[in-house]
Amino acid sequence: MASLLELKNVSKIYGDLHALDDVSLTVEKGEWVAIMGPSGSGKSTMMNIIGCMDKPSLGQVLLDGKDISKESQTSLTTIRRDKIGLIFQQFHLINYLNAVENVMVAQYYHSVPDEKEALAALERVGLKDRAKHLPSQLSGGEQQRVCIARALINNPEIILADEPTGNLDEANENIVLDIFRQLHKEGTSLVVVTHDPEVGEVAQRTIRLEHGKIISDEKNENFVE
Amino acid sequence: MFFRMIKGTFIHQWKKMLMIALTVALGTSIATAMLNVMLDVGDKINAELKTYGANINVVSKSAAIVSSLYETDEATDAYLQENVTGELLTIFWANNILDFAPFLDGQVKLDGTDQKVTGTWFHYHLSFRKKGSDYIRDTGINNLRDWWEIVDGERYDEQADFYKDAGDLFAMVGENVAEKKNLKAGDEITLTGKTTEVVKVVGVFSSGDNEDDVIYLPLSTAQRLTGKADLIQSISVSALTSPEDETSQKVAKNPELARPEDYELWYCTAYVSSICHQIQEAIPTSSASAIRRVADSEGDILNKTELLMTLITVLSLIGSALAISNLVTSSVMERSQELGLMKAIGAKNVRIAGLVLTEILLVALVGAVSGYFIGFGFAQIIGHTVFGASIDMKGMVAFLVAVLIFAVTLIGSLPAIRNILRLRPSEVLHGR
Ligand SMILES: Nc1ncnc2c1ncn2[C@@H]1O[C@H](COP(=O)(O)OP(=O)(O)O)[C@@H](O)[C@H]1O
Ligand SMILES: [Mg+2]
Repeated sequence: MASLLELKNVSKIYGDLHALDDVSLTVEKGEWVAIMGPSGSGKSTMMNIIGCMDKPSLGQVLLDGKDISKESQTSLTTIRRDKIGLIFQQFHLINYLNAVENVMVAQYYHSVPDEKEALAALERVGLKDRAKHLPSQLSGGEQQRVCIARALINNPEIILADEPTGNLDEANENIVLDIFRQLHKEGTSLVVVTHDPEVGEVAQRTIRLEHGKIISDEKNENFVE
Repeated sequence: MFFRMIKGTFIHQWKKMLMIALTVALGTSIATAMLNVMLDVGDKINAELKTYGANINVVSKSAAIVSSLYETDEATDAYLQENVTGELLTIFWANNILDFAPFLDGQVKLDGTDQKVTGTWFHYHLSFRKKGSDYIRDTGINNLRDWWEIVDGERYDEQADFYKDAGDLFAMVGENVAEKKNLKAGDEITLTGKTTEVVKVVGVFSSGDNEDDVIYLPLSTAQRLTGKADLIQSISVSALTSPEDETSQKVAKNPELARPEDYELWYCTAYVSSICHQIQEAIPTSSASAIRRVADSEGDILNKTELLMTLITVLSLIGSALAISNLVTSSVMERSQELGLMKAIGAKNVRIAGLVLTEILLVALVGAVSGYFIGFGFAQIIGHTVFGASIDMKGMVAFLVAVLIFAVTLIGSLPAIRNILRLRPSEVLHGR
């Protein structure tokens, strides 16, 4: 059986800057991977390529065994819609829609909005009673949980999170990590980009990037299933 | 969902949306006003023109033949009886005949030089009885030539108290004659033709054409001077007429051969041709024909005005397109994060473009509807101040404006749509 995600000698080159430099990496289904590295090391670039928002300059990206590195923008959008759930550091909620509507937007562009399902997704992240609140009426942690609910709503193969706790205090960070643990238990694949060691350490596997290259890739000894 | 999102934009970006609506309203109002005025005022002006100036000329049949043979109306020697003039009031469309006057031209000597005189009615009281009906009308050149500017003295009026019982030895002198002979109101001049008449100058007029070289006299005075008792040469008629159309022109060419129902319709419509036909029926010795001179020169001015209005319309539409493109583009830029996010969670370009276009078109619709009514107001103001006529609303204009504004809005939105297509979620979502 093919791996969920496979990067083969992937490079992303801007001018003469190698944001990613000949990176190879395999992620299995159900794995929880943290990608760590200092600022400018190429973490977001890697996320964008995995998340079908950007194409590599060189190399191959296989998602579910399918090479996506040569696909058109439109089919990348379709793949992203069907297989990937995105979580952002800045949440990116639509500020004139309330929490449940923000989740429904993802359903709307995927298939059809279903308020019951969207409410259930909010319940999973513990926000059922905040469903009718606008983003401006929610705390940062709550907004990030809405963002997670939105990423989950279409049952993606893989959740990609770019610095999901970068804008959160410790209490909220722990809530989000608990949700990740829960998702991992349910078998969701997680790729989490972070420069925060605490967030990196709780993952099953940690990959370190520097200057666009992987400098280490190790299983976390202390990981508790 | 779609509508919740549109509603959100309206609430969130109401200032921009209002500006777009205002821009569209402005463009629509100008286009509506100009097109309405353009399409309507032509008809209005034509109708106006027919309310003054002679537009039918009646001469004797033989004069008509000679003049068409030699293409001149000088060398004719054929006359109508003065008393046929009243027959004009007996035709079917008599109520559409606004004014008329008979004319008799002659050459006389004034101070030893040749002088053209024309006898006519000024403000004549016509009254007769025929077949049990009474016909009464006050008519003459004081109405037919209401554009005459009186430079000195006043208009002669045979019914005015002062002239009523004072005989017919009066004259209205053209400006050029007055200048040459140094004449002013109150002077007495001696005219010599078949008889010699001493007439008093009542006024000096300026008409701006070759009538300024003529002395106008009461008809009876001219008849004595020319020795043509009870005769006239022509009758000028001003009538309200309907614009000719294809059928009317066909029937007019050969009324006897037309299908009866076509003939009936033509006869009972106030076409110039059917009025001419009826005049010839009423005065069998006459030939009546339409004169288009005045309308044509006015038509030229009208064409230029229309060109100007077309230009204004086109410029205002281009201006609206530019303004819309600015506003829509900046609205899209302002929302680039939101639109990028929609792309990131799987929205295809078409759906985002569709969302934005729907918003813009809805706003444009609101703007266009209000602009249409504002434009109607503009049209009335222009109609009244410039052309002295109110403007009818034409359905065709509404349709045309709708199509134009739709096109302008779409074209104005193109740059923004291109921005949407180019928008890359990775660039707007990660605060690199
Ligand atoms: N669109 C781009 N154009 C040029 N340089 C870029 C672009 N995107 C990223 N980079 C560069 O690539 C490198 C890696 O960036 P990024 O992946 O955002 O780093 P990280 O997320 O690890 O902080 C940085 O040096 C950044 O300046
Ligand atoms: Mg980054």
